[in-house]
Amino acid sequence: MGLKALDYETMNENVKKVQYAVRGELYLRASELQKEGKKYMKSTVCWGSMHFHIIFTNVGNPQALGQKPLTFPRQVVALCQAPFLLDDPNVGLIFPADAIARAKHYLSLTSGGLGAYSDSRGIPGVRKEVAEFIERRDGYPSDPELIFLTDGASKGVMQILNCIIRGQGDGVLVPVPQYPLYSATISLFGGSLVPYYLEETANWGLDVNNLRESVAQARFKGITVRAMVIINPGNPTGQCLSEANLREILNFCYQENLVLLGDEVYQQNIYQDERPFISSRKVLMDMGPPISKDVQLVSFHTVSKGYWGECGQRGGYFEMTNIPPKTVDEIYKIASISLSPNVPAQIFMGLMVNPLKPGDVSYDQFVRESKGILESLRRRARIMTDGFNSCKNVVCNFTEGAMYSFPQLRLPPKAIEAAKQAGKVPDVFYCLKLLEATGISTVPGSGFGQKEGVFHLRTTILPAEEDMPEIMSSFKKFNDEFMAQYEDNWNRSRM
Amino acid sequence: MRRFVIGSARNLIESSRQKYQFERSILSSPYRFLSSSPAADSPSSSSSSSSTMAHPVSLNTINPKVIECEYAVRGEIVTLAQKLQEEIQTKPDAHPFEEILYCNIGNPQSLGQQPITFFREVLALCDHPAILDKSETQGLFSADSIERAWQILDQIPGRATGAYSHSQGIKGLRDTIAAGIEARDGFPADPNDIFLTDGASPAVHMMMQLLIRSEKDGILCPIPQYPLYSASIALHGGTLVPYYLDEATGWGLEVSELKKQLETSRSKGITVRALVVINPGNPTGQVLAEENQKAIVEFCKQEGLVLLADEVYQENVYVPEKKFHSFKKVSRSMGYGEKDIALVSFQSVSKGYYGECGKRGGYMEVTGFGADVREQIYKVASVNLCSNISGQILASLVMSPPKVGDESYESYSAERDGILSSLARRAKTLEDAFSKLEGVTCNKAEGAMYLFPRIDLPEKAIKAAEAAKKAPDAYYCQRLLAATGIVFVPGSGFGQVSSWHLAF
Repeated sequence: MGLKALDYETMNENVKKVQYAVRGELYLRASELQKEGKKYMKSTVCWGSMHFHIIFTNVGNPQALGQKPLTFPRQVVALCQAPFLLDDPNVGLIFPADAIARAKHYLSLTSGGLGAYSDSRGIPGVRKEVAEFIERRDGYPSDPELIFLTDGASKGVMQILNCIIRGQGDGVLVPVPQYPLYSATISLFGGSLVPYYLEETANWGLDVNNLRESVAQARFKGITVRAMVIINPGNPTGQCLSEANLREILNFCYQENLVLLGDEVYQQNIYQDERPFISSRKVLMDMGPPISKDVQLVSFHTVSKGYWGECGQRGGYFEMTNIPPKTVDEIYKIASISLSPNVPAQIFMGLMVNPLKPGDVSYDQFVRESKGILESLRRRARIMTDGFNSCKNVVCNFTEGAMYSFPQLRLPPKAIEAAKQAGKVPDVFYCLKLLEATGISTVPGSGFGQKEGVFHLRTTILPAEEDMPEIMSSFKKFNDEFMAQYEDNWNRSRM
Repeated sequence: MRRFVIGSARNLIESSRQKYQFERSILSSPYRFLSSSPAADSPSSSSSSSSTMAHPVSLNTINPKVIECEYAVRGEIVTLAQKLQEEIQTKPDAHPFEEILYCNIGNPQSLGQQPITFFREVLALCDHPAILDKSETQGLFSADSIERAWQILDQIPGRATGAYSHSQGIKGLRDTIAAGIEARDGFPADPNDIFLTDGASPAVHMMMQLLIRSEKDGILCPIPQYPLYSASIALHGGTLVPYYLDEATGWGLEVSELKKQLETSRSKGITVRALVVINPGNPTGQVLAEENQKAIVEFCKQEGLVLLADEVYQENVYVPEKKFHSFKKVSRSMGYGEKDIALVSFQSVSKGYYGECGKRGGYMEVTGFGADVREQIYKVASVNLCSNISGQILASLVMSPPKVGDESYESYSAERDGILSSLARRAKTLEDAFSKLEGVTCNKAEGAMYLFPRIDLPEKAIKAAEAAKKAPDAYYCQRLLAATGIVFVPGSGFGQVSSWHLAF
């Protein structure tokens, strides 16, 4: 009998350190319950022939909660998928002329249709469209050669962090709370996460003094701080950075010689008017030399969020600024090992950055669909924030952007004790109870990082608008009972 | 603030640099001469700040493993070819050829191969399910493609093809794939063992990530090999342990060679963790005989190695005397189950007769690992959320194509057979043509999509290559490109340095 080939003990330690709560314990439990077919609500939520009893609000996955894909991009990609349709005289019966034209346009940019590997950086014509989009958005030219399309923004983040992290002596500044892709990836590559805390009482604002303190502490421990991540708009916190804030951050990176990683995947999800989205690149360019020519920046975007919500396509890009040419070559080399990003998603990206114009046949429908989604998201952001704030011991900052609500749960000491008895982190304990009682599947705040002794949960604002009132009242009922139970003077039986 | 940093923190930074002295010197490897050596790499304009520190993302401050790894398939020769292609576009007479012929990569649809109609019909309908309700759709799509699209959509919650799926891939599609594996092998497959990925390559990376803890961990790889393996091992900081395929016996794989290399590496203090077998082979095209496979399985079981079976060319077998047998089938037929052998099988939608490279679809079937390891694999998969849905659907179609009696069966099988027989003819034609050339010998391509002819270069040619600071086969390929526009990959890119070869 041979030896055991790969077991838990002989596995790469870094893999074991990785934690990704978004699809962790809560999600797995919710999936189990879904399989068991538990019913929670008087009215079941249904689309087509499927009835859902678990509300998955653990991940920003709009189309899983009823958001419909935009019609035009789906028409274009379907035509690209089956180009023989373009030869059929009847194709015009179910596809509009502009979709047909656009499909032909994208097919002509490929090197053999959707089934051929493209350039490892992505189809040049699409990268050009991305560059043009960036220029229109920011007012500064962008170079397609410095734009790499990837299978989702996450892959791009992993590629860049893989370049930056040489070992555990390398630190990456990450906001707390953060989207755990960053902590997971840093663990996987054996680096060090250097946290900087966002200030909940100041609307999750970023204080440069916090940054300085975090960097100083890290350096004291012998860590070389190499990069800084900002998520703007924030995940899970939703805050939109002001221009002043961005300037501070860029100055900071300049002074401290950090590469700035700008996760801007939620740039289309803005629910207030005081702080519209401004890209890090625009601010950097506005600041002029020497900073604009010195600070290294990598900006990330995706087709998964915004009002497109095309998570399943796995389409994204990163844009590099002030990265030296030979280093760009090395990054290209790594990209080439994976051969190419998936071609259909590249077309989605092209369509996203190069939208329809007034006069196009499908324009009105496209605008109607887009606006409908964005305006509904704005309303839902408000409904959820207000709903959480009406609950006992729950305080919730307004969701300025992105797709999440991150209410703070002021858990009574007895609840914390009960969690400890159950061998669970307090917010995990709460979220599990919430799930069992209501079917609402969230992610505990500990999955994103939070200040010691402060608890949150993250939910998305994505459940259908018509279901929101019922979801919020279901939550309130559970929460208020939970809080009452653990604040009770008499020692009731432990749950 | 700047002065503060340079002043009091400089000591800390310096000490941290000394403490974490990273290996900047590039480990010598036979593949090095294919790339340009990293020279000084400074930002476009030197900063006027008084920083003496290099930027975080510059050639001498990034992860050295990134610098070290090589991938010849899209390496120097391709960059050169792209440059020439641009030149032709602006000045058509610049070169003695009209177009670049990319033969460096298994990318069939870029060279005119047509996709399988049925597959594309189903994918188009899944991309735009709204048209399924329209009567006109019946006139544009085959009935069974419509039916299959409905079936697939019903397996997706909310019919939402734009939503992230389960991190292993949509359950219903994994059921289909498992059934397809069972039909192929005659042994059951568990959908929970399947991880759908964006092509087979990410799955290979995942396994390397799990297996490699340090440079003391070795992975046995065939030489010549598809350079994904060497690149991935380098990227994850492990050691490639080569085993040499025997050109004289049609690139045969001898277990005695495996044993020898295993012993040698162990004596150097390497813990060999896994054995990579590419069957049918890339770039060599050999299809393993079943007896050979049994010996390999036995070897892995005895030595406690994970068997990584790259089987992406399973549908590309061109010789009647050989047949593809999956390693899972071979293992199970030997009576070996989950407790006996750890086996990972990789499959892709990029090859075969479907050639859907751009879709990035594939999976790995993971058997013989404990539940705790499986959890970790799932966890790593979950960080990327899921693979692209269209690719997942395609993988399920590849593993369960139209059957006899289905409306599309005849056209599907005609397309499939057309492509496969054409590939077989082309393999034979090129093999014969190469064998007729001066100084060239060529083994038969039993499978896959490549030929790997050997070129016996004259002394003068080798000297000229040295003078040009290139490997002899790389020099030959560059000269070939400049004269004809044809892009081949030098055999040294696949590790073959004992003799010179071209791969295309």
